[in-house]
Amino acid sequence: MPDLSGMRFAESHEWVRKEGDSATVGITEYAQSQLGDVIYLELPNVGQQLDAGGRLGVIESVKAASDLYSPVGGEVAEVNQELKDHPEYVNQDPYGKGWIIKLRAPKDNPKLLDQKAYDEFVKGQSS
Amino acid sequence: MVVTAQRTPLHGEHVRLGAQMTNFGGWVMPLQYSSIREEHRAVREGVGLFDLSHMGELRLDDKGLGQRVISRDLTRLESGRIQYALLCNEEGGIIDDVLVYAMADGGYLLVVNAGNQDSDFDWIQTQAPSPSSLRNVGREWALLGVQGPRAVGLVQRLTKSELGGVKYYTFIEGRVADVPCVISRTGYTGEDGFELFCGNGDAVRLWRALLDEGQSDGIRPAGLGARDTLRLEAGMRLYGNDMDTSTNPLEAGLEWTVSLDKDFIGRDAVVRAREQGVSRRLVGFKMLDRSIPRHGYAVVSDGQRAGTVTSGNVAFTLGYNIGMAYVSPALAEPGSRFGIDVRGTAAPAEVVALPFYKRPHPK
Repeated sequence: MPDLSGMRFAESHEWVRKEGDSATVGITEYAQSQLGDVIYLELPNVGQQLDAGGRLGVIESVKAASDLYSPVGGEVAEVNQELKDHPEYVNQDPYGKGWIIKLRAPKDNPKLLDQKAYDEFVKGQSS
Repeated sequence: MVVTAQRTPLHGEHVRLGAQMTNFGGWVMPLQYSSIREEHRAVREGVGLFDLSHMGELRLDDKGLGQRVISRDLTRLESGRIQYALLCNEEGGIIDDVLVYAMADGGYLLVVNAGNQDSDFDWIQTQAPSPSSLRNVGREWALLGVQGPRAVGLVQRLTKSELGGVKYYTFIEGRVADVPCVISRTGYTGEDGFELFCGNGDAVRLWRALLDEGQSDGIRPAGLGARDTLRLEAGMRLYGNDMDTSTNPLEAGLEWTVSLDKDFIGRDAVVRAREQGVSRRLVGFKMLDRSIPRHGYAVVSDGQRAGTVTSGNVAFTLGYNIGMAYVSPALAEPGSRFGIDVRGTAAPAEVVALPFYKRPHPK
């Protein structure tokens, strides 16, 4: 199990990990298991400004297309190009090589949950 | 009113295997066990095992009634043979697509879509001179699909019946893993294989025997998710998505399933539609970019609405995305191009001949 202690989570099931002046964003294990096989991601362009809770892109699984939201505000610094040919990385390793974008100068979002609070939130969702 | 989804006799097996369950046609069915992609691949390359017990089975013993409600001429359907056919209403609208089995006793077994079994029953009943000629036996029977290039070899190892003689769209009665079965060389995946009908009480025993014996073939249980991506690649229509009572057999590209030289309900309407010409046709298309078409998306051409997507998804075997859509006849020829409205952008698509996928090793 990867170490998630440094991550923050949105109720829309994205995670964010801040490292200095940059933040990496992906979707959670729970989200990938609910979506099933990911087959396509529609992602923003580098340089685009995102708001906390604003639409980041679209993730499509065999089952359905779903919106992705940015857990924090910031400027898109990088998108994971590997996902173009390997969208299944999101299923296989959502906290690692399935990361989705990196943001420059991320702003704090006090509404995000820590791992324990997110786990509780997911429990409430699935019961 | 509370409608409780029905469980198949294999429900406990699915739960034990960790399947994600979903409601489909009034039944709780496995959507996937591990991954739709992996289950899809297992069926294309090895063998997959499906629980299809939600499908409906109707016994129809009145031949005249069969001729009247079924779109194809059944007089030449010999015992032991199977035909794909339609049930149509008076307007030529498609009520259901069915498989007709000609049984040894002279009656027919109709295998119908799960969600339609009660309405099909009621429809045929209203056309029947005597109610005793029709019985719904679906809830007494389980149905297992064994599909893939290794399926025939696997089932053969579990039966004394000689399966080489059971050609595509024929069936025999026999025992598989000592379970009495109707062994039917049919499927909804584009692969070779069998569909096995057995009594509810024998379903778990048959399921486990197939999983056990199939280990050396790399067998995987496969859910409705893979069933849908497989049938789409094979160009097979899904009732309720690709056709319904608002579409006629000509529009749906199923003219080969209507025998216009016999009298059946809907025949006159189909003949009229053929004379007048249809205003739309179901076509297969491939995406020219990476977008994924979905049921209900608009087809656009020259900035105008030109049709509607009925099915769409990734084609795992082909490596691009595919779909089916109703479009105007002018756009229906292979090579025609149009756009699919994906979240406000017209994504480019091109009409291709169906099926998208044909298995490389014929029977």
